Amino acid sequence: MSDPRVAGAGVTAFGKHPERTGRDLFAEAGLEALDASGVAPEDVDALYYGNFMGELAEHQGHQGPLMAEAIGVDAPATRFEAACASAGAAVRSAVRDLRNGEAEVVVVGGAERMTNIGTAAATDALAIAADDLYEVRAGMTFPGAYALMARSYFDQYGGSREDLAHIAVKNHEHALVNDHAQIQKEITVEDAIEAPTIASPLGLYDSCPITDGAAAAVLTTAEYAADHGLDAPVAVTGTGQGGDNLALQDRPHLAQTPAADKAAEEAYADAGVGPDDVDVAEVHDCFTIAEVLAIESLGLYERGEGIHAATNGETDRHGDLPVNLSGGLKAKGHPVGATGVAQLATVAWVLDGSHPRADAVPDGTVGVAHNAGGTVASTTVHVLEVRE
Amino acid sequence: MTEPAPDGEYDEWLDAIEADEGYYVECANGHGWLPPRRVCPECGSRELTAEPLPDSGEIVTHSTITVATPQFEDDAPYVTAIADFGPVSVTGLVRGVDPEEVEMGAVVGVEVGERETTGDRAVVFRPR
Ligand SMILES: [Zn+2]
Repeated sequence: MSDPRVAGAGVTAFGKHPERTGRDLFAEAGLEALDASGVAPEDVDALYYGNFMGELAEHQGHQGPLMAEAIGVDAPATRFEAACASAGAAVRSAVRDLRNGEAEVVVVGGAERMTNIGTAAATDALAIAADDLYEVRAGMTFPGAYALMARSYFDQYGGSREDLAHIAVKNHEHALVNDHAQIQKEITVEDAIEAPTIASPLGLYDSCPITDGAAAAVLTTAEYAADHGLDAPVAVTGTGQGGDNLALQDRPHLAQTPAADKAAEEAYADAGVGPDDVDVAEVHDCFTIAEVLAIESLGLYERGEGIHAATNGETDRHGDLPVNLSGGLKAKGHPVGATGVAQLATVAWVLDGSHPRADAVPDGTVGVAHNAGGTVASTTVHVLEVRE
Repeated sequence: MTEPAPDGEYDEWLDAIEADEGYYVECANGHGWLPPRRVCPECGSRELTAEPLPDSGEIVTHSTITVATPQFEDDAPYVTAIADFGPVSVTGLVRGVDPEEVEMGAVVGVEVGERETTGDRAVVFRPR
């Protein structure tokens, strides 16, 4: 089987929509994806759906069938949970099923409703991606965990809060034209550095916001796309997933993310490309330091060098390797279970020229999407390439 | 109301720390972990034995957390750190030192304290 195609994608506006139910958020994104793809709902073989905290936010488990129904699809539906990498894991399963002939059409997606429970409860819910016994009970929050990694990074490799601020400034600037983004506001390095600290050394502008939103994409086999005359020039050519010890205390390095190294190596080998071939990347910048760790694990930068990428302008839309043209999780927002598919959609739209920041890479043919769960104990990497 | 059930070997481990008999579990190849463990995730060894936790560790990273979960609301701001005890690293709350004064490499001992917000037990580091 040849590589699956992205036949269509849809995302809701990301932001604060506390009154919108998860099922309505996903219905909007899923129907948009189906409409964009031109695929008939009765042709859908399966729905793979990412969601992290539905039990806590909406008292709703068993979301797979609920979401299939919400998009008018009568097909087996399964929820994937890998913390913030839930949707990435859903995409990976779809890609494998499409490749091995188990399915011709799979809808992938995810949704998260978060702001309805308030910041304190959402902070609590996000923390459960960490080890409850050994981390959460020692006061670790989601920002706190990345703060521990950031301080370790500074200690081992250097870099400063100012370097992290440049990442926030870049991603905010990228989001200015993204109408799906939660935050469309230009900020300065000074704004970021002077913002209140949430978990030292990280401040408010180092952190992604709490977000309601959904994303979906219709993936088909290349054969199905050809037979049905679909306009689907972008293929998912590589998939990889890596894991690591759940608790930071059990890892040999606090400033490296080997789960992402493994996922990237697998995805590149699968696609037959290398880091040098990558034209554009969407990476999991739940915190600014996470973008640094991601671009190093993806092999786009040497260890200890990624911290300077944004400061030097190399990863902004004018740079050689634009990272997070969507605005990233930082500005676009991070509806946890939807993020992996929102990244996939962004890369596909940048490569097919329909994204508002596609002009940053007019000749781009290879993109990667890096989706990390928790403190990167789960990571998926997908390689997307223009095929026609 | 029913008393919450203890969390098995985790609560036993806290009991041991409290009794000044802290331990970790070690595999045949010297990889150290905190309980419960039935297999070494590093090498697959199932020959795990309890070994005394070294008396002091070194802070390898730390953060002063100001935006807390509801369970730590009254504790904030507080310092969470990871301390390297040699064969294992442990995560805990740093007390007995001003948050501003916590330093990388600082030598700490481990004890069991209480969360200010809930009164629940928590791993606490104090400067040695
Ligand atoms: Zn071992």
